[in-house]
Amino acid sequence: MKYLLMICGDESAEAHAQDGCGGWSEEMEARGVVRGGAGLRPPQEATTVRVRDDELLLTDGPFAETKEQIGGFVLIECADLDEAIEIAGKHPAAAYGTIEIRPVLEGPFE
Amino acid sequence: MSVADQLDRVFREEWGQVLATLIRVTGDWEVAEECVQEAFAIALRRWPEDGVPDKPGAWLTTTARRRAIDWMRREAVGAAKLREVAVMAGAEDWPEEPESVVQDDLLRLMFTCCHPALAMETRVALTLRTLAGLTTAEIARAFLVGEEAMSKRLTRAKQKIKHAGIPYRVPPDHLLPERTPAVLAVLYLLFNEGYAATAGAELVRDGLAAEAIRLARLLVRLMPDEPEAGGLLALMLLHNARRDTRSAGGVLVTLDEQDRSRWHLDEITEGTDLLDAALNRRQPGPYQVQAAIAACHATAPTAADTDWPQIAALYAQLKQTPIVRLNRIVAIGMADGPAVGLKLLDDLQGLDGYYLLPATRADFLRRLGRQAEAADAYRAALDLTKTEAEQTYLQRRLDQVSV
Repeated sequence: MKYLLMICGDESAEAHAQDGCGGWSEEMEARGVVRGGAGLRPPQEATTVRVRDDELLLTDGPFAETKEQIGGFVLIECADLDEAIEIAGKHPAAAYGTIEIRPVLEGPFE
Repeated sequence: MSVADQLDRVFREEWGQVLATLIRVTGDWEVAEECVQEAFAIALRRWPEDGVPDKPGAWLTTTARRRAIDWMRREAVGAAKLREVAVMAGAEDWPEEPESVVQDDLLRLMFTCCHPALAMETRVALTLRTLAGLTTAEIARAFLVGEEAMSKRLTRAKQKIKHAGIPYRVPPDHLLPERTPAVLAVLYLLFNEGYAATAGAELVRDGLAAEAIRLARLLVRLMPDEPEAGGLLALMLLHNARRDTRSAGGVLVTLDEQDRSRWHLDEITEGTDLLDAALNRRQPGPYQVQAAIAACHATAPTAADTDWPQIAALYAQLKQTPIVRLNRIVAIGMADGPAVGLKLLDDLQGLDGYYLLPATRADFLRRLGRQAEAADAYRAALDLTKTEAEQTYLQRRLDQVSV
């Protein structure tokens, strides 16, 4: 199963931007579960795109006006949700932010 | 026993087991459920003529499995699928499954339905559907929602199990301590829904309490080393033993006025035995403590003999939510007198709008002989009650102090 871990936090999470991952990345690379991922620039630097009636609409900032914003993402492949929960639970960001686990749509893109 | 009664019993007892086995065999919840439903439908037609087979559970499992093979044959397009069918169909005379596999299947089903990645109300609904075999309509009625909404919720839950990769298994040992409480909580909610029902179709709700007890019994058998499972079953039995005396003609009858000769002694004995066995393991937990409180009530020969100091001490062991604190104050008020209780009640925060707060105050005041103040408090409590049984009870008390 493939899962996207969306690493979210409010503004206070920025204080942790330079923390690194405290060995998490190394462990997960060694386990061979990481398929990709990246940290993200802050939401103020985001641009949102929508096309409505053939018209391209641009908005400054993120589309969702929630307190929590995505700060990074990791694509993992593991046995089941329990393992994904275990992997996400070990991520240092889980201690100050939240991590949303989303199963990746299986389909013709693979 | 008539065939209809036997069918009814077989249905209740075997549904969860047959379904659990079919889920393991097919790996598909929806297909498994459809095949089991068909197997029961066939039994419904055949058994009245042929008689109920010696091992109805095995008969149903075999029939459901044949259905599953037919389904897989129809669906089989890939080579892998065909191999699966070949493996399943090869064993035309399936050897009887050892008991432990079947029980493992049930435990797996229980843990999957109660997985913490599902919302609490979904866990309860899914447990009722898959383990207890209640129909979607029955579950909807018990939870006071429309059948369509409940059906959607159940479908979404099964989709999530499939697509999010919620494993069909009992979690490994290191996850058990955090996952078992989810299973216990679902059974506890189920019992409360049936026992302390405030509305809805009575019949279904009575069935819920019985169903919760049946599933808790099963869990105790499956997890004999889990003292909180024993504690939970004890708690349910000790409460359920009083069921016939809790109301009279729709009016609430409080503990001190219940006819103790009508309490079910066999359930009280079983409950206290279970509790003793659980406590002997020296891993206390909230269900064991609550069962111990229930045991204090259930084993007192008269209301006056109730060991209130012990009950107050037990309440102190529980997480101090406002309701637990209120219950503790009631016990202290019984042990040390209403004046002590009344004083403690003044400092209790966080129960605004809860009718038992003014009702307790009223009770203390009544016992202190402060009738006018008691009447005011009973009136305040009456304003906050929702069910007729409570209203009738409080009105009667109000009349007593108003004379």
